[in-house]
Amino acid sequence: MKVRLTKLAHARSGDKGDTANVGVIALRDDFYPLLVREVTAARVKEHFRGICKGDVERFELPNLGALNFLLHESLGGGGTLSLMTDAQGKTFSTALLRMEIEISDEEAARLGLN
Amino acid sequence: MKERVRIAAGQGFWGDLPDAPVRQVHGGQIDYLMLDYLAEVTMSIMQKQKARDPKAGYARDFVSLMKEILPTCIARDVKVIANAGGVNVPGCAAAVRDVAVELGLSDKVLIGIVTGDDILDRIDELLARGIELRSLDTGEPLAVVRNRIQSANAYLGAAPIVEALNQGANVVITGRATDTGLTLGPLIHEFGWAADDWDRLAAGTIAGHIIECGAQCSGGNCQYDWENIPDLADVGFPIAEASPDGTFVITKHEGTGGCVNVPSVKEQLLYEMGDPHEYITPDCVADFTTIHLADDGSNRVRVFGITGRPATASLKVSISYSSGFKAVGTLVYAWPDAYKKAQAADRILRARLDRLGLKFEHVLTEFVGANATHGLLAGEPSADLAEVQLRVGVRANDRAAVERFTKEIAPLILTGPPSVTGFAGGRPKVEEIVAYWPALIPKSEITSEVSLLAS
Repeated sequence: MKVRLTKLAHARSGDKGDTANVGVIALRDDFYPLLVREVTAARVKEHFRGICKGDVERFELPNLGALNFLLHESLGGGGTLSLMTDAQGKTFSTALLRMEIEISDEEAARLGLN
Repeated sequence: MKERVRIAAGQGFWGDLPDAPVRQVHGGQIDYLMLDYLAEVTMSIMQKQKARDPKAGYARDFVSLMKEILPTCIARDVKVIANAGGVNVPGCAAAVRDVAVELGLSDKVLIGIVTGDDILDRIDELLARGIELRSLDTGEPLAVVRNRIQSANAYLGAAPIVEALNQGANVVITGRATDTGLTLGPLIHEFGWAADDWDRLAAGTIAGHIIECGAQCSGGNCQYDWENIPDLADVGFPIAEASPDGTFVITKHEGTGGCVNVPSVKEQLLYEMGDPHEYITPDCVADFTTIHLADDGSNRVRVFGITGRPATASLKVSISYSSGFKAVGTLVYAWPDAYKKAQAADRILRARLDRLGLKFEHVLTEFVGANATHGLLAGEPSADLAEVQLRVGVRANDRAAVERFTKEIAPLILTGPPSVTGFAGGRPKVEEIVAYWPALIPKSEITSEVSLLAS
């Protein structure tokens, strides 16, 4: 079954120059391994097609049950150069949470997601 | 030594809630009020103000704030640490001294002045000696934009703040200092942490990071259960309650709105994060993968386990330079087919700009209400949208091109698709772009200076 990340995580995003960062935080400890397995840098890059023109880096923070993504070349030049409404990438957090991941019915049942 | 030191954050940026610091001082016992006024391009605004008036160039709001809170701060022994000095720290300090005199507190206020961050006058000398100040974003040497530089400041760390406090200052004013240093400084001063006690320095740095954006860690901009966060109208700004061992509790004053809980603190920890293994400041390298959080009662989160590593040999430098002009024009199209009408208007506008032969570095069209924030992820806009805002931005080195663009928006009302409105504000304003150039400089090049100003 498909599960949207809004059911599994909350998030916050911000900027450093033309790079947006998105921190994705598991809503429950037992959701974290699922995020690590499914929300890969490659998937995030594909998810942000049309927005992220550079590489995506991923860092793991098991201590916080969180992943941090850096989306390079995503903010129209960044800072004051950007013409974007969201020049600071503040809404990239919920944009990432739009992602749907595929999990088995068995795993969904175990995590109480169905 | 105090067993516990309470540092309260009063401003998340220059322009944050004006009464937040007042409420921090009056709302309960605190030891320090920490105020962060400087965003990345704030210094260039202050340089311009100083160019017009040599007495200006700092956050004037800070002076009026001090007038309001200084009597209480003195009565309750609350020390104030602020990077409000901008590009004129002595000017800011003199203004605060005048306030102290006016309030009859002359003998009670000792102002610590931290300078040495401003390297605008040293740029040519540095470049001549082969310090290229290459952009951390693009790798280009600073020489490329040399003649367009408006401000240049090194980020100072906690050390000069500690020195000012050690000399007895109860108000410390800095120019460009790291946000985290404003919190770490008082902790080093109070607890006597050693300059190579990397774990504790990292802990103080992370305490600073959590509270430096004001209410963004106490319920503001918090996604977790946002609809049930109580009374944001009366949101309590954060307080870091630190212990000598480097552990601390994030909390807020009793009876205030918002919330401090593990999810709200986690969100702030991840804000503007790069590589979590190395959060680099002038004082240490903090490792965010060692932070542990635990509930510690209502609106209290305990933070512990933090480790750090030795500081690097560089300081970050923040340089601002002028980089052309931009303008943004908007119009609102109403149902039916609001999105299609906005798209048609954009095509007409672009055809006219082409015909005029105007050259722009960048033209960006967004459809607010359809996909401006989430792009393709928002899906195909419905034909039933009640309204869509067409938002077109242009950027160019040539001011005249941007100026001409601003005259092409309003005419679309009478010469473009129907059911359009939203032009009450007049022509878009042409804005000079002041861009940001981050670079590194060897620490040996920067000497911070601390002086005291008695009233």
